[in-house]
Amino acid sequence: MKAKQVSVFLENKSGRLNEVAQILGEAGINISAFTVADTSDFGVLRLIVSEPEKACSVLKENQFSARTTDVVLANSPNRPGALSKMLKILNAEGVFIEYLYAFTMNEETAVIVIRPTNIDKCIASLEKNRDALLSNNNYKL
Amino acid sequence: MIWNEKIECASRDEMTHIQSENLIKTVQRIYHNIPSYRAKMQEKGLLPGDIKSVEDLSKLPFTNKSDLRDNYPFGMFSVPMSEIVRVHASSGTTGKPTVVGYTRNDLQMWAEVVTRALCMAGVHKNDIVQIAYGYGLFTGGLGLHYGTENLGATVIPISGGNTKKQIQLMQDFGTSVIACTPSYALFMAEIMEEMGIAPDSLNLRGGIFGAEPWSENMRREIESKLKLKAIDIYGLSEVVGPGVSCECEQQAGMHVNEDHFIPEIIDPETLEPVPKGELGELVFSTVTKEGIPILRYRTRDLTRLNYQKCTCGRTLVRMEKCTGRSDDMLIIRGVNVFPSQIESVLLEMSETEPHYQLIVEREGTLDVMKLLVEVQEQFFSDEIRELEALRKKITANIQGTLGISVDVKLVEPKTIERTAGKSKRVIDNRKI
Repeated sequence: MKAKQVSVFLENKSGRLNEVAQILGEAGINISAFTVADTSDFGVLRLIVSEPEKACSVLKENQFSARTTDVVLANSPNRPGALSKMLKILNAEGVFIEYLYAFTMNEETAVIVIRPTNIDKCIASLEKNRDALLSNNNYKL
Repeated sequence: MIWNEKIECASRDEMTHIQSENLIKTVQRIYHNIPSYRAKMQEKGLLPGDIKSVEDLSKLPFTNKSDLRDNYPFGMFSVPMSEIVRVHASSGTTGKPTVVGYTRNDLQMWAEVVTRALCMAGVHKNDIVQIAYGYGLFTGGLGLHYGTENLGATVIPISGGNTKKQIQLMQDFGTSVIACTPSYALFMAEIMEEMGIAPDSLNLRGGIFGAEPWSENMRREIESKLKLKAIDIYGLSEVVGPGVSCECEQQAGMHVNEDHFIPEIIDPETLEPVPKGELGELVFSTVTKEGIPILRYRTRDLTRLNYQKCTCGRTLVRMEKCTGRSDDMLIIRGVNVFPSQIESVLLEMSETEPHYQLIVEREGTLDVMKLLVEVQEQFFSDEIRELEALRKKITANIQGTLGISVDVKLVEPKTIERTAGKSKRVIDNRKI
């Protein structure tokens, strides 16, 4: 499934992450997952939230540099070997991944957040290999 | 030793006479050869004949750095290119450098004024002078070079950088005089300490320091660390280069070679001359230059003039160490930096003007320039790789324009303090 991820530019300063969390909390936006990519001076906070567009505008109102980015959310069985299977397929299909991270929904299901260079190709590759991926059952796109 | 006693110790009347004669000739030359300045004179209804002595100097229009830029590259030259034997250039405000040209006579005159300056500083023909100013388009290296040769002292034309080698040659060649920027002198002292070399073990006795502002505190520091006498030399390429003025061993103001470069002090607001001895902006008229003679050039340096005879015997007017600028130019490691240069680099990279702030600090002995750039919408990418690439590109473009390194830091929007809606562009934290 194609989804909107919220990306926020952050300097490496204490308290900044909390500010973002507080702003989103006060706006009634739920955070499902997040990850931080960082360098020595700055980082990019990436979030999967309940209302990405609203999150983005409320952060901008609070003077953050924020934008939405298209990502692929792929459900995967929450069990050993499942991630490897998916990556193997994407690799074989020639899908290049900029970054990815994951969170678990429950004991059965994990969600892999993928930022490929080519979103449509990534989704098509997963669709095409749906059967192979589904052999683990519980796989949804 | 006084190199040219007749001039350097002339009475005020004699000096005024020499200046007036040469000023009249220069006004004629410029009026007939430089259309842009002729137009300025015509606007004021001035004819060359209206200038009869230095008393009339203040009637003449000013020349600004922008005039050189607008006439880039050779539009202000008053002789055909066949007469120009060398050009120098300094960094300009929009990426275009300020270009100056020298005839053979100009180079001779320049060597003469630098030789006078060296003698003021107490340098003599038995000295071994290590020139650690940059050689090239910058006037520092070659300017000092020919003046030192003209004096008959020994030149080590090592140019800037390569500090360990600088120190090694000082040891091996017995350098007695070092010429460089004052901050580089302090840096060398630091490296010497690291290398375990005591300055006493060297033959150093004098230093000719210029191309950037420095204080009396810095002088004391240099003198105690390097065990030498630190002399301040002043110059700018638009006038000639180093050697426009220089301190004598009394270290009580820089003697201006005023038979060639007539100084005036004006109020930068009203543009009127200030009463004698008062602080204001330094303005120079060159009265012997052929390649690019220049009338009433606004240096933007703030200083005052002292016409009293010096205990060294010279009567040449003395200018105080420059205390500041009447514009926003910064001098960082001898390089002129205008905030507008940085602005134009950033503008080239994005459609809307980014907020930035330049922070200059003195870390140890060297000036470092930090540039904060706010990551606004137009710059923000979700990918670290692209943000890093952006940072590198800004760094490279600024380095390419200014010629000195800069440490670029990407910061969040609105982190740069705004005053009345405009952000504060420059913070100079150097305690000079």
